[in-house]
Amino acid sequence: MDFKFTDKEQAFHDELTDFLIAELPAGWADHPVQWPHDYAHSPYRDPKDMEVHESFIKKIAEKGWLTISWPKEYGGQGFNNMQQAIFDERMSYYRAPAGSSGSVGAGIVGPMLLRIGTKEQQAEFIPRIARGEITFWLGYSEPNAGSDLGAVRTTAIEDGDDLVLNGQKCWSSLAHKADYSWMIVRTDPDARKHQGCSFVIVDNKTPGVEMQPVINILGDHSFNEVFMTDARIPKNNLVGEKNKGFYHLMQALDFERITLVGIGGFKRMFEEIIDYVKTNKRNGKLLSEIPSVRYKLAEIATNIEIGYMLFWRTAEMLDRGEDPNVESSSLKVATTELARDMAEVAMEILGPYGQLTESSEWSPIRALVSRGFLESISATIGAGTSEIMRNIIAQRGLGLPRV
Amino acid sequence: MNLDLNTEQKLLKNSARSFLKQECPSALVRKVRNSDEAFPETLWKNMADMGWMGLGIDEEYGGIGGSASDVAVLMEAMGEASLPAPFFTTVVVSGTAIQQSSNEEMKAKLLPLLVTGKLVSSFALIEPNNDYGLTHIRTAATADGSDWIISGTKLFVEYAKGARYFLTVANVEGTGLIVAMIDAATDGIKLKSMPTLDYSKQCEVVFNAVKVPAENILALGDDAESMLNHLEDICAVAKCSEMMGAIQSVLDVSVEYVKDRTQFGQPVGGFQAVQHHCANMAVNVDSARYLTGLAAWKLSEGLPATKEASMAKSFVSKAAVRVSKLGHQVHGAISFCDEHDMHLYLRRTQSASMAFGNTEYHLEKVAQKIGL
Repeated sequence: MDFKFTDKEQAFHDELTDFLIAELPAGWADHPVQWPHDYAHSPYRDPKDMEVHESFIKKIAEKGWLTISWPKEYGGQGFNNMQQAIFDERMSYYRAPAGSSGSVGAGIVGPMLLRIGTKEQQAEFIPRIARGEITFWLGYSEPNAGSDLGAVRTTAIEDGDDLVLNGQKCWSSLAHKADYSWMIVRTDPDARKHQGCSFVIVDNKTPGVEMQPVINILGDHSFNEVFMTDARIPKNNLVGEKNKGFYHLMQALDFERITLVGIGGFKRMFEEIIDYVKTNKRNGKLLSEIPSVRYKLAEIATNIEIGYMLFWRTAEMLDRGEDPNVESSSLKVATTELARDMAEVAMEILGPYGQLTESSEWSPIRALVSRGFLESISATIGAGTSEIMRNIIAQRGLGLPRV
Repeated sequence: MNLDLNTEQKLLKNSARSFLKQECPSALVRKVRNSDEAFPETLWKNMADMGWMGLGIDEEYGGIGGSASDVAVLMEAMGEASLPAPFFTTVVVSGTAIQQSSNEEMKAKLLPLLVTGKLVSSFALIEPNNDYGLTHIRTAATADGSDWIISGTKLFVEYAKGARYFLTVANVEGTGLIVAMIDAATDGIKLKSMPTLDYSKQCEVVFNAVKVPAENILALGDDAESMLNHLEDICAVAKCSEMMGAIQSVLDVSVEYVKDRTQFGQPVGGFQAVQHHCANMAVNVDSARYLTGLAAWKLSEGLPATKEASMAKSFVSKAAVRVSKLGHQVHGAISFCDEHDMHLYLRRTQSASMAFGNTEYHLEKVAQKIGL
């Protein structure tokens, strides 16, 4: 085993680190209200931060770094997956805007279009994704299709040059702030479950597409219910092979499980907790001097190291042309459960102070721990529950029978 | 980055596994358990013929060189076979200590014997008043002219009965620690068996005014301290590799079993509860593999490795026992029987988890390394 970056990877790592330190406002990492592996898409407490957010994304796009692993002719840098992973790690460590959790377009839709899209679709969407001009939401879940995605009922029926959509999507994260949906729909209602699905791109402005906000556990509007009623989209917006959507979905989900990890966020959050216990006393004693605190945090540090290695492994496999389907599932299980465990450990260490929800003189670590405690509930559910991940590991990884 | 074994390591792994499958079946493990012999001599000799005793030892002493990562590969295969022979104490621990020493005489005398399998060495570290670490070593070494007189009691000394030397840690009043290779034939040494959970042949070793010539001293004072700190990392990683091998085997055997075993008219491996046990085993095995690999790689590169070694030992010690118990669970009642091999892994992993620092001991080391 060799755990060293190549010279080229190391150079990129260093260049990116310098860039992030230079371009982000001093103390930026204290602004995003964020717990590692958040699907809840944390807001900023100060609305002015949104301006920094948007201008920073432009800077990243100008460098061609939003889409670094894409081919050069499509606005990417032609970098390998390890460099993409380095990018995700650094961005999430510095809590930079458009870090891993903000990049459905660049991380999932773009790579999928490059694999299975037509030249026309690539020409229409790829350059705009690369420039950070358009954003996407994932139209997967439905009221009766959660873990069992093959049960989607939203239909897309051909009518002339159009597809006519009818149905409902739910848990649609940030759909209200995005421009398009990357949606899985049923194109052959008569086919067996997994065999009649296809991917389509749906413009949010399409007549017949309506959204209703769903307020999440943190009181934020991150989810939406999206209703399609005779919504007409051009037939050309069907991506990949018709009725093979479920097979494409498996690939797209792998991208998602890797893209959304934000592994650097774990290290950053952990460093904040370490700083806190080293500088704060309870009952006359520094928290860091209490043996149980030391053990718990050392255990979290170890599990973060494991998360990093499972993360690098998926990148390394992709670079070798292997399919990290099972490995990305292990990565997802390990990191999402770590997000939850880290919140629990921090809660135990902070005692009553951990429950404070607003940043104040009494709330440790900007009241992030109570947020993480709630937010991490979603981590082991979204993008494939831990149970589905374990099914994949057991069935596809270990070859146990599907019954 | 390459998280696979390299070509030579894959070859080593394959040859070690097939050799041990042939030469060290579980029937042999049981035979050694039930006999008075310290370890199977024939197996030991055949291992030496494979060139294994020279792994990690410089070529100038007849070794074949190789890194900590290479040694990890071999330790893993030995863990898979529950090897009942003193490779770890002889080659990994004593071999490393002798090589790291500046005592050229000992190197020239002992290493050529060690690489041919003619020298078995044991590690005498733990004492009645300590478990891990170097802070409470009470075995006393006092100068006697140019020689040393060593007195004290050592516990949990693996393979002491078959050993020709004891790599021994003692304390010199006012000076610090001393590391000596004590010839087992010296007067004043008494052994007493300490039967343990994992059937390994551990002993209490009492040194009663044992005379140790100056040329047998490997290190003294600061040198001894740094040698022993390095050895602690080496030992932790080697024990992780051994546990790794054991739990990879537990996983493989369990997966085969649940595909085959039928209840309620279907393979039990089709039940989600069983599948999730197996998935948890797989994630634990993978995590253990990469943590151990990272620590071994740092040691191989000569980089500071204490943090990674302790992370690995703290995690693998728990994970290995967890996986072994899940192995039992998915096997059901048969795994509670002596005839089944599952308990050999459970025993081996539990004992290894307590050797050279248990989880709490290494978590404290990690805590120090992350700035707490």
